[in-house]
Amino acid sequence: MQITVNDEPREVHARTLGAILDELGYGKARVATALNGFFVPATQRSLKAVDEGAVLEILAPMQGG
Amino acid sequence: MKFYGTELSSRLMLGTAQYDSPAILADAVKAAQAGVVTVSLRRESAGAQAGQAFWSLIQSLDVPVLPNTAGCHGVREAVTTAQMARDVFGTNWIKLEVIGQGDLLQPDVFGLVEATRILTEDGFQVFPYTTEDLVVAERLLRAGAEVLMPWGAPIGSGRGLNNLFGLRALRGHFPDVPMVVDAGIGKPSHAAAAFELGYDAVLINTAVAKAGDPAQMAKAFRLACEAGLAGYAADPMEERDMAVPSTPTLGLARSLGGEML
Repeated sequence: MQITVNDEPREVHARTLGAILDELGYGKARVATALNGFFVPATQRSLKAVDEGAVLEILAPMQGG
Repeated sequence: MKFYGTELSSRLMLGTAQYDSPAILADAVKAAQAGVVTVSLRRESAGAQAGQAFWSLIQSLDVPVLPNTAGCHGVREAVTTAQMARDVFGTNWIKLEVIGQGDLLQPDVFGLVEATRILTEDGFQVFPYTTEDLVVAERLLRAGAEVLMPWGAPIGSGRGLNNLFGLRALRGHFPDVPMVVDAGIGKPSHAAAAFELGYDAVLINTAVAKAGDPAQMAKAFRLACEAGLAGYAADPMEERDMAVPSTPTLGLARSLGGEML
């Protein structure tokens, strides 16, 4: 199915957020996720269903002031 | 001095952005003996390891982290970013930025108060980046903030303490609230001045990161913070409009031709 990841269109096969992160190659990376504008905690990713057209944000630690 | 019950090892808080390399950042944090470092979140594609490498570096420095919501221009965006930051960094602390004006990166104080309330109810310990406005400060405290971070000047401007009167009034009005001058500090003397006003800490980023020698500047800020804090604790003299001789006038040799003024 087609979803949007960090503003980029992506084709994925997995149907849960956790599996999609694995499929996209994030593996065990320390990232935070939001699905369709709503925060999804790491502990809930494995059960969180993702539908066609979903908008996913994946954020990583970064320098900040 | 404590933030939300946590004792800081140093009153100097250091931002981690804009350094030319991770090694320069690490040297600056060590030279500053920073009590807190600020961090953020950004998009990163799979396979890119910059974020993970940065996080490993920060962990190796063993300094408490204060995640921020930099770049957020609305309440919902700031709240969601704070939630994501807590998930990644494992702390309830959040430096809350809700920007309302692009040219000066001035806080949207109305959104800031609302976001502070929402996040406090969600268990966050909020460090709101605000102006020196007393009424806004009162609203932020009522919304649940136990620390305030008024700006000295616009972020990255290096202009120092733009409104000494306002910052002094804010400090005087809330004597028991931990307060950090955040943003706009450009030189060590600005940091010393913040402590001389009675502020509890300063947060500095650009002034160190963009110095010709960041580690040396970090050390200079550390010394300035110590000097300002010690000077404030020593109860400085009152300013006067007129001169008062410091050398005793009693016993002056008038026969040498001097005149009484």
